[in-house]
Amino acid sequence: MHDLRTAIAIFLLANVLLGLTRVVRGPTIADRILVAQLFGTTAVAVLLLLGAGEPASGLDDVALVFSLFASVTVISFVRNAERLGGSPR
Amino acid sequence: MTIASIVSLACLLAGAFFFFAGTVGLLRFPDVFTRLHALTKADNLGLGFVCVGLAVTDPAPARIVKLGLVWSLVLASSAISSQLVARYAVDRGMTPWSKP
Repeated sequence: MHDLRTAIAIFLLANVLLGLTRVVRGPTIADRILVAQLFGTTAVAVLLLLGAGEPASGLDDVALVFSLFASVTVISFVRNAERLGGSPR
Repeated sequence: MTIASIVSLACLLAGAFFFFAGTVGLLRFPDVFTRLHALTKADNLGLGFVCVGLAVTDPAPARIVKLGLVWSLVLASSAISSQLVARYAVDRGMTPWSKP
């Protein structure tokens, strides 16, 4: 079971690497911003998977904190999108 | 293999599949609005399956409550984030893709 959870966590990491293609290719700024949302959700999933076997490691508490702050990244990107540079083609 | 471990295996695999489906949608959908849909709906469903799969193996009440709380918080935050990104896109003049 521990091996399965680790394997799925590695698979989710590969997923994020695939999703980074959208940052390079995405024709508009909004496409690049929404990859931050992918990061947030996948980070919560990976933390839950890695922290499932050992409750003493506290990783599922870290996942709880991440889920609270998952939207803050996207909000800050959207608020500062013009200041960060790049025209919304 | 107990029933709980079989159900957990199925739920974890389904969660991984939905995450993958969300990323495929992110890469292949034609428009930023459709990509937002793929990202928030499919990924959150995948996270829900992962939470259910983890809750089945270790059914302590505190852990189940914590997993449910994590999932609902991610749901709420992704709803907020997707609305903000869509509003930003509309304000910058990006029109939704329509079938040619």
